[in-house]
Amino acid sequence: MAAPLVLVVLAAVTVRAALYRSSLAVFIAERVEVASPLNAWKRVVEGLALLDLGVSPYSGAIFHETPLIIYLFHFLIEYAELVFMITDVLTAVALYLAIQDFNKVVFKKQKLLIELDKYAPDVAELIQTPMEMHYIPLKVALFYLLNPYTVMSCVAKSTCAINNSVIAFFILATIKGSAFLSAVFLALATYQSLYPLTLFAPALLYLLQRQFIPIKLKSKSFWLYTMQYTSLYLCSLVVIICLSFFLLNSWDFIPSVYGFILSVPDLTPNIGLFWYFFAEMFEHFSLFFVCVFQINVFFYTIPLAIKLKEHPMFFMFVQLAIISIFKSYPTVGDIALYMAFLPVWSHLYRFLRNIFILSCVLIFCSFLFPVLWHLWIYAGSANSNFYYAITLTFNIGQVSRVRQMKENRDSAKRG
Amino acid sequence: MGLLSDPQCRRALGRLLLRLNTPLCVLSYLSGLAWFLLLPLLAPRTYLSENAMGSTMVGEGSDLGPRALALARDFGEHRRREGGIPVSWLSHTMFQLGLEVHSQPFARTLPFPDEAHERYLVRGTNVFGVLRAPRAASTEALLLLVPCCEGGKNEQAVGLLLALAGYCRGQIYWAKDLIFLVTEHDLLGTQAWLEGYHGVNLTAMQSGPFPGRAGAIQAALALELSSDVLTSVDVAVEGLDGQLPNLDLLNLFQSFCHKNGLLCTLQGKLPPPEGPSGPGYAQSLRTLGLMVLGQAGGAPGGPHGLFLRFRIEALTLRGINSFRQHKFDLGATLEGMFRKLNNLLERLHQSYFLYLLPSLARFVSIGSYAPARGGLLYLVPPILISGGAGAALYLWDPLYPISDPKSPCTPILTPFLSPQARGGLLYLVPPILISGGAGAALYLLPVRGQAVATQHFPVGEAEAVVLALIGIYVAGMALPHSTHRALSGGGQRGWMTLKLLALLALALLLTCLALLNFSLGFLLGVTLVPPAAAVRPGGNRLPLALLLVLTTPGLSLFMAVLLERELLEAPAGLGEAWQRFLGALGQGLLQEHLHGAHLSPLLCLGAYPCWLLLWNVLFWK
Repeated sequence: MAAPLVLVVLAAVTVRAALYRSSLAVFIAERVEVASPLNAWKRVVEGLALLDLGVSPYSGAIFHETPLIIYLFHFLIEYAELVFMITDVLTAVALYLAIQDFNKVVFKKQKLLIELDKYAPDVAELIQTPMEMHYIPLKVALFYLLNPYTVMSCVAKSTCAINNSVIAFFILATIKGSAFLSAVFLALATYQSLYPLTLFAPALLYLLQRQFIPIKLKSKSFWLYTMQYTSLYLCSLVVIICLSFFLLNSWDFIPSVYGFILSVPDLTPNIGLFWYFFAEMFEHFSLFFVCVFQINVFFYTIPLAIKLKEHPMFFMFVQLAIISIFKSYPTVGDIALYMAFLPVWSHLYRFLRNIFILSCVLIFCSFLFPVLWHLWIYAGSANSNFYYAITLTFNIGQVSRVRQMKENRDSAKRG
Repeated sequence: MGLLSDPQCRRALGRLLLRLNTPLCVLSYLSGLAWFLLLPLLAPRTYLSENAMGSTMVGEGSDLGPRALALARDFGEHRRREGGIPVSWLSHTMFQLGLEVHSQPFARTLPFPDEAHERYLVRGTNVFGVLRAPRAASTEALLLLVPCCEGGKNEQAVGLLLALAGYCRGQIYWAKDLIFLVTEHDLLGTQAWLEGYHGVNLTAMQSGPFPGRAGAIQAALALELSSDVLTSVDVAVEGLDGQLPNLDLLNLFQSFCHKNGLLCTLQGKLPPPEGPSGPGYAQSLRTLGLMVLGQAGGAPGGPHGLFLRFRIEALTLRGINSFRQHKFDLGATLEGMFRKLNNLLERLHQSYFLYLLPSLARFVSIGSYAPARGGLLYLVPPILISGGAGAALYLWDPLYPISDPKSPCTPILTPFLSPQARGGLLYLVPPILISGGAGAALYLLPVRGQAVATQHFPVGEAEAVVLALIGIYVAGMALPHSTHRALSGGGQRGWMTLKLLALLALALLLTCLALLNFSLGFLLGVTLVPPAAAVRPGGNRLPLALLLVLTTPGLSLFMAVLLERELLEAPAGLGEAWQRFLGALGQGLLQEHLHGAHLSPLLCLGAYPCWLLLWNVLFWK
């Protein structure tokens, strides 16, 4: 199985290297769909320049990366392209290993249930054969590495790739059952972009399931394990934040990174839902609506945790999708991460009713983004409404896709 | 979403679509066409939206005629003496008129010789004078452009420009700088000047450092006069890639024509007599057709066309001497327009940017023509995809029951449901790769390979490019045979999936084009949609093959040339049309290299591969 993976990796690296050398790289790096104010490479370079001059990189309003990222690139700026390619490859390998392990668990469970004769007779089609499952990890790696969204994100040197990598390693650690590493990577992911905080619930549920600890509020072992995982997570978060403080010797990065994410001051158009709404709104309502918009990311965690407590990995997928739809500065790189998980649930596709229409919506929107941007910004014959209309359509496409996956999960369970 | 999520409803909808597929396709196609033909009747009158230009009255005081004539004669003499644009005389005259004068030399080597204009290595100089606004800082500017072509044309326009500059210098009310620009080698000079002024280099133009600037240009007028005597003015609106100026600029010009009793034409056509029936309709439709053809071609309709890309609203006015009774003076109209534009408080944005013109006084806005596009482009592909192409809605939905053998969809769905259908899609890779490769070859080879071609064949470079283009185009059509020899197809499911992909690509292309350049999208849709709907392998291939060949983008271009001559009421024979077609191919390629037009890459990399995929479907084994 390693040989095809190596082939995929080689193909992906070739494509990226070729694109880095082409004239398209500049064009892609300027696209608002690919680079947001949070993760644009231009801003990293600006931050590095400020740091070299001995000024705090956060003193301007440009730089919103975390201190660890800036120190990473402080040493690796010469090899930035290499770093981004390696990050993508590492993400894919981590996802590959994680899904391989996950499939083993699913297969064991399936076998046990068949032996116990728990399945209804007409679900035979839904049971995954080892043959089908054999290729799923490879498909996941392929979906991540050769997804045009990932490729563009990598060519634009958006630091989103690094966030994705951290989340992939967090998933790997969770599936391997290492509570400590899982907590550390989750803390890193939270530190990087805040929203992965909501992945805490699925990770905890998965670890509990793995330890065969029943999820009951009265059970003592449940609370013990939860406390253990929470404290691991919080401790590592505190350590990382303190480390950042000592690196720069100031707390400037807290408002500059997390304040920036939460209060959404930069209304550059992107593929998300925030910019148009807040550009149109009276200033004095903005606090209220910021709360309303931001709560979307966190709000669904609780009902999903109750509903999907038996399927924490699916919960993880849905939560990743919700983050990438509702976060304040989404880019196509975020979407690529949850799209990579689609092959894992390929057996649900027979329930997916409008998958063709929805895929068409996403493809058409991806092409219409630059067209309408051109009409708005360069030709001047369209305006922001045109672009936002496509943003809305794109997000409706994503939401209904996730909603259908969720419904199918339910109907598959009932079946 | 209820309609599509409820299985019962969905099934009924699917059946309905499959059963009514053909009538629905025909109906939507015909309704789209009919809507387009009705457009001249739906066009309301134009009106000026911009307040700053509407309410203020301007009384023009200039009488430039005699002075313009004298200056034009002088200019003509100096020009003949120098054999090119008399830079020093022009600079001197402008300086004496009190302008700040600069000149910009430029040079450009064309990718291959331009036979229509007989040029290859181009060297020229643009001369321009800036009249600084006495009442404001130099933050905004207006521009008058006179392209100075070869052969003594347009001398009168230079005279008029100089006379107008002299008159404007004496006025005190200017709040925007006025730029008076004389360019050499028409479009090339304009391109060089625009790139220099905005400090960018979009094409391989070589020009020195740009000498002097005024403010951001708000509006520009280009002037072409063919003789001293002026009986009517033709106005050109289409810009590069079908971009159009804000309708208010045209409205402004039209209101001045009205005021000064100037006779104006659009596309060389007089305004049709009012009243929607009879000859008025035919004339409107003809004007509309010419505008659609011109916009679809993507070539600028005049030197103003290059300004639009820099977000400068611009028009070209062509003075025409058609030996009528009335003679006009354009000077007062130009002065009036500049004075009104001088009152602008913000850039022109109130009126329409996306419109079609059946006559100068009437317009069809995007809201009216969108249904024509909707009928043709948005409705047809989804129905095709859902129905005829092989029930793509159900492609990934094998739970769909086939219990009822009499249902009309069963024969279409069967190949998708059979157990063999669960194969890979590898057999689709060769046709797609080959179609894409043929498109890339068509795009890259003619210009890059001209040196090789001239070595091996006894043809000139320009001919080599055009002939290579045609050669590669035709050779691409022979490809399906070789692809199938290499790989056996996937049977019925194979061609259906291939057709589905071709339709998706076509729909994507047409959707994007309908937004970027409506006319081009519409024409491609009108020609490509019927064969795309009808194409299928097996049976009698001849009529379908004929239909496909007739609608191939290359032949559509030839038809467009014929149609244009027909609409201009100067029908061309096949021989002349062929010459014009060859010229259009060469010019199309040149436009891309000289001005960055998007037509040839779009056709080579978009429409042609799409069409080749359909061609592949036809010859699927």
